[in-house]
Amino acid sequence: MTTSTLTAAAPRTRAAAPPARFTDLVAAEWIKLWSLRSTPWTLGLATLFVIGTAALAAKADYDNFPFYDAEVQREHMFSLGDAFPQEGYLTLMLVAASLGALSMVSEYGSGLIRTTTAAVPARGALVLAKAVVTAAVWTATGALIAVGSFTVSQAILSGRDAAVSITDPASLRAVAASALLAPVCALIGLGLGVLIRHTAATLVTATFLLLILPSMFSADKRWSAELSHLMPGIAWGRLVTDWMPPPHPGYYPAAIPQSWLVLALWPVLLLLPALLLAHRRDV
Amino acid sequence: MIEVIGLTKRYGGKTAVDDLSFTVRPGHVTGFLGPNGAGKTTTLRVILGLDAPTAGAVTVDGVPFRTHRRGLHHVGALLDAQQVHGGRSAQAHLAALARSNGIGRRRVGEVLAEVGLADAGHRRIGGFSLGMKQRLGIAAALLGDPPVLMFDEPINGMDPEGVRWVRHLFRSLAAQGRTVFLSSHLMTEMEHTADHLVVIGQGRLIAAEPLRAFADRGTRQRVTVRTPQPAVLAAALTAAGASVDTAPDHLAVRGLSAEQIGALAFANAVELHELATHTTSLEEAFMEITAGHADHLAGSR
Repeated sequence: MTTSTLTAAAPRTRAAAPPARFTDLVAAEWIKLWSLRSTPWTLGLATLFVIGTAALAAKADYDNFPFYDAEVQREHMFSLGDAFPQEGYLTLMLVAASLGALSMVSEYGSGLIRTTTAAVPARGALVLAKAVVTAAVWTATGALIAVGSFTVSQAILSGRDAAVSITDPASLRAVAASALLAPVCALIGLGLGVLIRHTAATLVTATFLLLILPSMFSADKRWSAELSHLMPGIAWGRLVTDWMPPPHPGYYPAAIPQSWLVLALWPVLLLLPALLLAHRRDV
Repeated sequence: MIEVIGLTKRYGGKTAVDDLSFTVRPGHVTGFLGPNGAGKTTTLRVILGLDAPTAGAVTVDGVPFRTHRRGLHHVGALLDAQQVHGGRSAQAHLAALARSNGIGRRRVGEVLAEVGLADAGHRRIGGFSLGMKQRLGIAAALLGDPPVLMFDEPINGMDPEGVRWVRHLFRSLAAQGRTVFLSSHLMTEMEHTADHLVVIGQGRLIAAEPLRAFADRGTRQRVTVRTPQPAVLAAALTAAGASVDTAPDHLAVRGLSAEQIGALAFANAVELHELATHTTSLEEAFMEITAGHADHLAGSR
């Protein structure tokens, strides 16, 4: 062991640390998301699947159209519903929530979170950067899916002269709500991921909250119906429905503004405690 | 410089680190030694602000690490090389880390070249050997050109060439005036790399001193002597300044060489049956000093 290393020790002149910019954190999360092969595959397959379910729903009504009553043919109330079929959009909710959750829990699962946190001790900013990237990617994907499933389904139905126009207020609302459903669910997944941190537990909780719990309420009891209106999937369902009968005893539909509020509040109410807790817990 | 002052960390009822204090100075490679479960990793995690201390304080260059909004320019750390996402390429892994701290893309290529992974940059980390992952973790620690570097068991999984390279790297980083803090449970590793040692066992400090001083504590020679006249020889040896332990069949002597003992025996007309020198290695010194501090002793219940 030589001692020359000790005498050679001298204060080094080092470049000043660059300023801590939030946009750099967002860019870093963007790199992380797109450097996984699964990301483009998941987004691509989800888009094709949801648009495919809308095409199949429209095709079924196209095929059955000649057998419908004259009034059903004239009103064609099914047209907007064909653009946003449950099986497609419930799947989208699950996929978006899972990918949102994975952006956080995959770091906990692999232990990468320790490297990440040592590089970025500002943990709240890190969670926010993930939220920004998750919201941006899923809003773009959600908009593509919503416009795509609307366009494809109505193109098929126009063959029976039963399409609705996208400039129709009800259509616009349905497309907007469907575009927002994906980022809302992705942010719910992310918030649950920050809170729960365990992959399987997070995914089970997200599935239960988004898909199972809404089916446990009954529509004919007022308190139960009003609780069910707080579910994101049910709020979305209300927003893509162009007409509902007025409320009467035993029938309590959700209001439109309330349904928008439900979609907006779920991510906020999950991410706020997630941000607070991220600062306190050991990583 | 890393300063740990009265650090205590409990997880539930278990105390991982107990009132630990030490200082790691710049310009040296400081080894952080202790048996498995001694609290080394916990201490490193608290230094990095990943875990909050139950009591006490830790500062890096005078401030708690967590007060920084970005960390790579202050401390470079490799805690566990396996803690990476196997689906990403080495380059993407480093690019994301660099970008989060406002470090340019060019630096990624530089550190990959420095750790010898220039050709593997595009490969997915999942296919890396442990040794390659250690190199990747070291590359990540170097990204921000930090004045303080910490490595937890960095030699694990490295081939002999890698071990030589990493020793040289640590010493040159220290020679540049940086603080280099290196944990290991292998004393032999420290023998070749560290100037200073911080030794802990069961979460408590055992020693914090230059490697030489620690080694001298354990490497004092011991001479065993067998003689039919132990009482006479013991008296003569004690009078000559040696410390003598009397065992049933031999004397264990410290403080005199075999030659000196032989001469004394001759002068006192004491018959010798055996005269043997025992030198304990650094490894044995470490085992001896940390004995009883190990969390899991083989065979003990």
